[in-house]
Amino acid sequence: MSVDMNMNILIVDDYKTMLRIIRNLLKQLGFNNVDEATDGSMALQKLRDKDYGLVISDWNMEPMTGIQLLREVRADSKLKNLPFIMITAESKTENVVAAKEAGVNNYIVKPFNAATLKTKLSSVLGNF
Amino acid sequence: MAGTAKSKDPGMPPELNARLSELQAQSRSPSRQDVAEVVGEMLQSLEGDLSEVNLKVYAELEGLAKYILAAKREIAALRPDDITSEHLPKAADELDAIVGSTEEATNGILQAMELLESLTDKMPEEVAEQVTNAVTQVYESCNFQDITGQRITKVVKTLKHIEERVEALVAAFGDEIQKYREAHPKQEQQKSGDEMLLNGPQLPDEAGKQAEIDALLASFD
Repeated sequence: MSVDMNMNILIVDDYKTMLRIIRNLLKQLGFNNVDEATDGSMALQKLRDKDYGLVISDWNMEPMTGIQLLREVRADSKLKNLPFIMITAESKTENVVAAKEAGVNNYIVKPFNAATLKTKLSSVLGNF
Repeated sequence: MAGTAKSKDPGMPPELNARLSELQAQSRSPSRQDVAEVVGEMLQSLEGDLSEVNLKVYAELEGLAKYILAAKREIAALRPDDITSEHLPKAADELDAIVGSTEEATNGILQAMELLESLTDKMPEEVAEQVTNAVTQVYESCNFQDITGQRITKVVKTLKHIEERVEALVAAFGDEIQKYREAHPKQEQQKSGDEMLLNGPQLPDEAGKQAEIDALLASFD
C-alpha cells in the first residue's frame, strides 16, 4: 500500500524553531500538509477537529506533555489507531519504555538527522 | 527543741541538718569558722546534684552554642539575602537572554535556508541537489537550539530550587541578617581603569542600540 503523500501531519513542539525544522524536513520528503501545535492540549483539539494521518510530537511541553497526549489519543475511540512518533531529547530507557507502553509507534531522539526521520516515517507509514 | 525540729529540711543531707541544728542550739552567734564549715558542707552537697558528667555536658553545650553563633555570624556575613535578591535573578536573566538570542539567530538561519531552498527550482539539477543537501545539514544542525534551550531551562529550574533553599535559610535567620546588614553596610566593589569597562554583553533591554551609539559618536564631532 502506497503512502498518501497528501495526508495531514500534525507536529507538536513548544519550540517554534523545532517546528520549523521538522516542517522543512517533511517538505523535503514530500509531505506538504503539515499543521503545528505547541502543546498536547492544543494538539488534541486539532486532532479532534480535522483528519490526520500522523502525529509527530515532542515530550516536554506544558501544560500537556507528549506522553499525556499519546495516552489521550490511544484512549479516544476515533483517534486510537493514529500513527504517533515521539521526537524528544528524553533518551532514558524508562522514557522509551513508558512511551512504548502508552502505544507509541516509533521514537526519535533529539538531536536527529533527516535520514533518521525518513527511516522512522517509512517504518510507521510504509516505504515512500 | 521545737525551733530545731522546724528548721530541719527533709531535702538536706542529715549531716548538714545536724550541724545547723547544733549551731541553732548554741547561745552565741555562729563564728566565722562555723559559717565557713556550713557553707563548705553545703557546696559539697551541691556536687552531688551536678555530677562531673553533667558539668561536661553543660560545657559541651556552651561550646556548641558559641560555635552556632559564630557560624550564624559567618553565614550572615556571606549576605545570603543578596543571593536571592540579586545574584540568582541576574543569572536567570542572562540565561533567558541566551535562549532568546540563540532562538533569534536560529530563526534567521532557517529563514535564509528556506529562501535558498526555494531557489533550487531555478538551479541546474546537480547543483540543486547539492544545495538541498547542504540546506538539510543546516536544518539538522539547528537542532542545537532546542537542546540548548532545554538544558538552560533545567539550569534555571536548579537556580530556582537553590533560591528557595536560600530564602528558607534567610527566613530561619530572622533579623540576624538585617542586623548584620545595618552593622556592615555593603561596600561596592571599586573597579578602576579598563576593568570598569569589562561588563560583558548587556541584557537586551539594557543594551545600547546602534542608533544611540551613532548619536553619541556624532556628538563628539
